[in-house]
Amino acid sequence: MLLTRLKAGGPAIARQGILVAFLLFMVAFSLMSDRFLSADNFMSVFRQSAIIGVMALGVTIVVIGGNLDLSVGSMLSFATVLVVDLHDKIGPELAIPVMILATLCLGAINGALIGFLRLNSLIVTLGMLSAIQGLVLIYSGGQNVDIVDQQGTWFSIFGRGAIMGIATPIVMFLGLALLFHVIMSSMPFGRKVYAVGGNPTASVFSGISRSRVVFTTYLISALCVSMAAIILGSRVMGSQNNVGQGYELQVLAAVILGGTSLMGGSGSISRTVLGVLMLAFIQNGLILMGQPYYMQWLVTWAIIIIAVWLDVAAKRGRLLSPIA
Amino acid sequence: MTRKEPALRLQQIVKTFPGVRALDGVDFEVLPGEVHALLGENGAGKSTLMKVLAGMYQPNEGQIYIAGEEVTMTTPLDAKNQGVVLIHQELSLVPEMTAAENIYLGELPRKSFGRVDWKTLHARCDEILSRLKCRFSSDTVVAGLSIANQQMVEIARALTVDARVVIFDEPTASLTDAEKVVLFDIINDLKAQGVGIVYISHRMDEIFTLSDRITVLRDGSYRGTLVTAETDEDEVTRLMIGRSLDLSRNIKTPELGDVVLEVRGLSCAPSFSDVSFALRAGEVVGFYGLVGAGRTELAETLFGLRRPDGGTILIDGAEVATTSPQDAIARGISLVPENRKEQGLVLTMNCRDNMTLPQVGDLTAGPFVSSGAEIAIFDQYRDRLAIKTPSWRQLVGYLSGGNQQKIVIGKWLSMQPRVLIVDEPTRGIDVGSKAEIHNLLRELAAQGYAVIVISSEMPEVLHVSDRIIAMYHGKITREFSAAEVSEDALVQAISGLGNGTAA
Amino acid sequence: MAYLTRNALVRWLMQNPIWGFVLIVFIFFSLMTDHFFDLRNFQNILVQTSTIGLIALGMTLVMINGNIDLSVGATLALAAAFAVDVQGWAMFATWGSWQILPAVTLALLVGVVLGGLNGFIVWKTGVDAFIVTLGAMLGIRGLVFVYTGESSFYAMNFAYSDFSALKVGPLPVLALIFLLCTIAVHLLLSRTVHGRNSYAVGGNREAAVNAGIRVGPHMMVNFMIIGFLAALSGVLLSTQMGAATPNLGRDYELWVITAVVLGGTKLTGGKGDIIGTFGGVLAIGMLRNGMNLMQVPAFYVYVILGSILIAVLFLDKHFNRQAEGGLRL
Repeated sequence: MLLTRLKAGGPAIARQGILVAFLLFMVAFSLMSDRFLSADNFMSVFRQSAIIGVMALGVTIVVIGGNLDLSVGSMLSFATVLVVDLHDKIGPELAIPVMILATLCLGAINGALIGFLRLNSLIVTLGMLSAIQGLVLIYSGGQNVDIVDQQGTWFSIFGRGAIMGIATPIVMFLGLALLFHVIMSSMPFGRKVYAVGGNPTASVFSGISRSRVVFTTYLISALCVSMAAIILGSRVMGSQNNVGQGYELQVLAAVILGGTSLMGGSGSISRTVLGVLMLAFIQNGLILMGQPYYMQWLVTWAIIIIAVWLDVAAKRGRLLSPIA
Repeated sequence: MTRKEPALRLQQIVKTFPGVRALDGVDFEVLPGEVHALLGENGAGKSTLMKVLAGMYQPNEGQIYIAGEEVTMTTPLDAKNQGVVLIHQELSLVPEMTAAENIYLGELPRKSFGRVDWKTLHARCDEILSRLKCRFSSDTVVAGLSIANQQMVEIARALTVDARVVIFDEPTASLTDAEKVVLFDIINDLKAQGVGIVYISHRMDEIFTLSDRITVLRDGSYRGTLVTAETDEDEVTRLMIGRSLDLSRNIKTPELGDVVLEVRGLSCAPSFSDVSFALRAGEVVGFYGLVGAGRTELAETLFGLRRPDGGTILIDGAEVATTSPQDAIARGISLVPENRKEQGLVLTMNCRDNMTLPQVGDLTAGPFVSSGAEIAIFDQYRDRLAIKTPSWRQLVGYLSGGNQQKIVIGKWLSMQPRVLIVDEPTRGIDVGSKAEIHNLLRELAAQGYAVIVISSEMPEVLHVSDRIIAMYHGKITREFSAAEVSEDALVQAISGLGNGTAA
Repeated sequence: MAYLTRNALVRWLMQNPIWGFVLIVFIFFSLMTDHFFDLRNFQNILVQTSTIGLIALGMTLVMINGNIDLSVGATLALAAAFAVDVQGWAMFATWGSWQILPAVTLALLVGVVLGGLNGFIVWKTGVDAFIVTLGAMLGIRGLVFVYTGESSFYAMNFAYSDFSALKVGPLPVLALIFLLCTIAVHLLLSRTVHGRNSYAVGGNREAAVNAGIRVGPHMMVNFMIIGFLAALSGVLLSTQMGAATPNLGRDYELWVITAVVLGGTKLTGGKGDIIGTFGGVLAIGMLRNGMNLMQVPAFYVYVILGSILIAVLFLDKHFNRQAEGGLRL
């Protein structure tokens, strides 16, 4: 029964699966907790999801282009430590551009190795994960960094402030999401990323510079990390030197949950936003129900596997894999 | 020859795929100790029949008999255990493992605790390899062997069971002449041992040296079986090509324009060398040759995907260097590649996006892609090429082969190229669409495009070309005008026979 | 003759470049610091590397098979928690030091079951192992927190924490276990039908299927083995610490993959061996140990390791260029 339906309307179900699951969760949580549906709660969930969300936007573009980026966690540590440390040394108006530039350089290294030298993205970014973590520790001398005058700096606006009544992290997350959504869906560059991820060979045969496109996706990923670092540094007004540890996999989980395929060539920014929010609301809902925060990881495990399974099953038209 | 019980007999085999009747009541048999050649054009059903023989496909109708008993074979392993073994064209070896492990892949001899019994394994394999007169030992890693020796490993696999029938699929495609001689010796040995051989090849010379009988397939149906000693190439060719496709010869004299593309002494080792020709506006030049003759590599070099070792390319009389596809496109060269799904299309994208892919950067309104401009282009070429698709939103993966090919052709026509190179334009496409694409190529020439058609199908080349250039082993062997060409001469020119430059 | 043997050594080093690197690191630190070339230090290195080393053995199997396992760090933590906690259960209160036995058995079983679950999901759903084990990494870590309630467990039985100090002759028992496992997995991979079929599945899946090799069960067995080894690694680590913390083993998957890739195993499957992996593990262990002795801050190890990983990849690509057939894609 399920099988025949998968065959008939396969892709449609798979495409809506996440949305349906998301709505079911929302309904279930709102029935179980009064506070869940309140505007306050919504805003706080949104705000907390902004850092992972912003990073997930960049990683989505990398993954659509057919690659992986595991270095974003270390890069977040790097960028946050840098911007916080430089804040007191050269002032926020210089610290921010210097940090963005430095982070873009790291992205460019990823991009050059993977885009131009065609090295395996999983291993390159794994190596970069380790190398960048080392750089952060060397830079900070193993110390955590702080901003001394936490009240008097305008830098606080990014993490703690609000623009027109909406918390700045939310504005940045949604603003960047909109920007990248437009780039990916309506600009030539976005079309090229989908083409390169969908079929790199055919892209080259169509006169697309595959190397340059992949390179740029890593620059975008690094840019997103630097934006996340501004939010994080400004919210905490300080940084541990391994603050981004483990973020790479949570970010990837959100991207996969949104339905972006690791094979490349499919997925979208809007679906990643959905994946990020879903993770955040699950966490929030479970906490409101009195469950400890780590219960979300168990739920995420089940959801990722089932979501991807249905997606894969719909494409092959049967539920169980033909692996002998 | 006295009548023996056939080692393998297929009777009235029908195999259908959605929308295609790939095999339509085919009869085929191999006697013990016989080399039976299977011939047919691309798409005639040879490979489907081969997969039925090897247990990879199950026929929808018909019976298979081995040594007179009816059998069903559901997997390749099944077929092997019944004595039918396929030597793949694309080698199916595990490169990092030794020859011995590959020979007994899936059936390694065991000792206690699941240990591999290496002694038995190597003893058996060395024995088999020495029967095949191989000079390498069974513990050589396969990745380090030459293609010919890798093929020996595949053949050795067949000898691990009492093979009744061994199927060779284009076995000489990547062998040198010396290696071929060794292979033919082995085939004759097997034959002497009473094994039935099915030999699939395009190469007429090989078939006539090797085979006892020839069965010809065309468009999925059985066309007849000939005794090799009593027939000749003409008769076989006639049976293979037939006239039913209505591929009349092209006899019109085109109105030629100026020379658009000229190639002088172009070389790209090891694929082709010293290739020179000129192409005029308004003509279709067919490049005919066997797979591996260097035609595709020539096209890829012109399109900037390979770096030539020497020679010059001139467009409109001016020397150009095409170092990337972007360069080539800017000079007006377009390539409809050989492998539609791997090189021509992004299957995860829709029809419109595939068609406008090379120029998406120019179809803009401000910074945005102009959907209107894209749809206008799509509509224009959908109508002009009669592409059948419900809408531009359809993913190209859901279109038929013919319509997919038209999308690729449309993609390049919309770039207004000077030179259109089309590599195997009708591979895997049904007969109706074939005719449409042939007519389209003629029309394009009439409109003043310069067209190169690369094809391994003789009727196609004869039908669409004004001139035919024959290639063999990376060199141009002869050039024919449409008026003077004969099928015999063409077959000879591409198979290294006759007055060509046989290597 | 001498020429011949030297030639053979050179050829062997060409095929296993990681051991050339191990040699260089060994000589470098022996010359640069007084404390490196010392039996006690070698014992230390083996004990220190045994944790990552054990898992790396399993990862080699899984990667040769064409898969990957990101959940090993979490499995390690869960097994350690079980091993330390179960021995304190009331039902075993009268067992004396024997209470360790059910605890360790259960911990290892947990590893096998979790590995088996990963393998089963990969086999039956056909979802990529990367995604399946990424999910498991989060989920199993969740299980660790559920089980431990975010707190650390301490081993009350001193026999347990004394175990790690035992020696067999000159060999610390932890090093001995690691070496025995290395030999066992090496034999499994190179001498048994299962091991050879694992290469076939990773090297050319279609050929393996056509030859009648059952791909799914082989993958599941390898996931069970890596689960077992991760659990064993967790047990041994908890004997060293006398405790199990919920965050134990974080980021280990990354270190393990680094060691295995350094050792020459390909992510795409079909290529690699335990000799290379052992070299990769030793290289990382000696680097950390030697730089520690030279009082170089640990941070530099990260940078060096990351750079080496990328350099290895680059050299590998550079030397295997012909594979693309001249087409510039």
